[in-house]
Amino acid sequence: METILSVNNLTKKFGYLTAVKDLTFSIEKGNVYGILGPNGSGKSTTLGVVLNVVNATHGGFTWFDGTTSTHDALKKVGAIIERPNFYPYMSAEQNLKLVCKIKEVGPEKIREKLELVGLWERKDSKFRTYSLGMKQRLAIASALLNDPEILILDEPTNGLDPQGIHQIRQIIKKIASQGTTILLASHLLDEVEKVCSHVVILRKGEKLYSGRVDGMLASYGFFELKADNNEALLNFLEKHSGFGQIKQENGLITAFLKEEMDAKALNSQLFEKGLVLSHLVKRRESLEEQFLSLTKNQPNQTAKA
Amino acid sequence: MIRLLHIEFIKLWNNKSSRFLILAYFGLMTFIAFVSSLKIDYGPLKFNVADIGLFNFPYIWHFNTFMAAFLKLFLAIVIVSMIANEYSNKTIKQNLIDGLSKKEFILSKFLTIVAFSLISTVFIFLISMILGLMHSSYDEVSIIFSDLEYLLAYFVKLLGFFSFCFFAGMLIKRSAFALGFLFIWFIGAEFIPYVYIAANKTKELADSIYQFFPFGSMWNTIEEPITRLSVIKNAVQTVGEEVTKSYEVHWYELVIVLAWTAIFIYSSYALLKKRDL
Repeated sequence: METILSVNNLTKKFGYLTAVKDLTFSIEKGNVYGILGPNGSGKSTTLGVVLNVVNATHGGFTWFDGTTSTHDALKKVGAIIERPNFYPYMSAEQNLKLVCKIKEVGPEKIREKLELVGLWERKDSKFRTYSLGMKQRLAIASALLNDPEILILDEPTNGLDPQGIHQIRQIIKKIASQGTTILLASHLLDEVEKVCSHVVILRKGEKLYSGRVDGMLASYGFFELKADNNEALLNFLEKHSGFGQIKQENGLITAFLKEEMDAKALNSQLFEKGLVLSHLVKRRESLEEQFLSLTKNQPNQTAKA
Repeated sequence: MIRLLHIEFIKLWNNKSSRFLILAYFGLMTFIAFVSSLKIDYGPLKFNVADIGLFNFPYIWHFNTFMAAFLKLFLAIVIVSMIANEYSNKTIKQNLIDGLSKKEFILSKFLTIVAFSLISTVFIFLISMILGLMHSSYDEVSIIFSDLEYLLAYFVKLLGFFSFCFFAGMLIKRSAFALGFLFIWFIGAEFIPYVYIAANKTKELADSIYQFFPFGSMWNTIEEPITRLSVIKNAVQTVGEEVTKSYEVHWYELVIVLAWTAIFIYSSYALLKKRDL
């Protein structure tokens, strides 16, 4: 695997506040990464450091194989952080031409990228006349001008209306499908869940988890069951060695698996016992449930200190 | 280098107010120069500036560079706002993320300052040349091209002043406040203390201290040309005073300004490097 970015023991302090604490993770080519954490957990600070606009207190990071300087590496990166920043008195096209100059690429791609985000018709309008959604889309077009190896997005859907959010997500998916590595910071779990394959979870500047989204908990998922005879069903489940915790809520039984088992196997076992189900669903915990259980399990270290 | 200048040019030229101020600066320079060379012939009032020798070579180099230097205030606004706007639009952050290094960012601004100073110097050279050729009583080539060091002093003076504006913009990040800071510095840190020392101690002491201050050193680069005019000289002499002053450009005065330029530019770089954006 080709490493694109590795962050090593990164710490950033703002006065007394430790925004990022001893953070280590790496980004491999071709995956879609999410940095997940509540507001103020250090996501933007981490991205600021690797993007050369925030100075690290300790530790560091290397782009690609570590031989290129940060600002040269950034020419191969596309990034949008927090809010779209452009010159308000210049048109979209003029702004992108300027970015091309900075990134040292030709202006040929401007049309293609503006069309990708649906702004080609508005290319001559001044940036300050744009709506927030359009600004955000222009920022994406700008980040893509150099066909970057990695696209970094910090809360790209923040403050957008549902239609704007949908448009941005479609664009991200389109870009991801072309094989571009993506690093997406968000506090929206379903956003990360919908787009990312890997996730780094931060809380108060500390890493709680990093790895595949579906490997977050060593979990086999759970069944949602309903039968005419719920008593007998509960009895069966409690005796079964494959199940751990069992809950009953409004007539719906939730049984958590301790080992791998598919729905078909369970159904046939129950049928042999003469139990007929009216409802059978196998599910995995959503990222939200996993996230909450993960943050719950961790002692609050900052509070201790 | 061309790339950095071009980047800055795009930013400046597309900004209406910057473009207006730049054009106004050069326009005003030309306008004043040619209006002042008009003969005033209005009834009993007959006056021709050329007659008192204002446009004689090589005096014109001295006079014009001294006068034109006051107009630099126009460009000061452009320079302060070209820095402060980067902060208020947060485009400085985006520039760095897009792959401009902090050094390149400072360099692109500094090169622009150099370009402004250079263009302005060339411009004043051309205007003075034209005015001189039109009105000067002397037109031998050796006289025309003497005393050109005033142009060098003019260039250094502008460079130093613009670097100060640049630094103020970097430090304060808001155009209006940065201009205010420059003004307060001028009045509070240089002008009033200078007058105070000159009044209570001696003018020599005040001069010797303030030649090392930013505005003081810039002021020193070109000595005032008024008392050098024969008309004024004669007038002063009839009162019984003698003007004993050296009007030359002194190399060490230029060095002081250049040292300030270096300090301002380097401090701006150090500020940017240290700051979290």
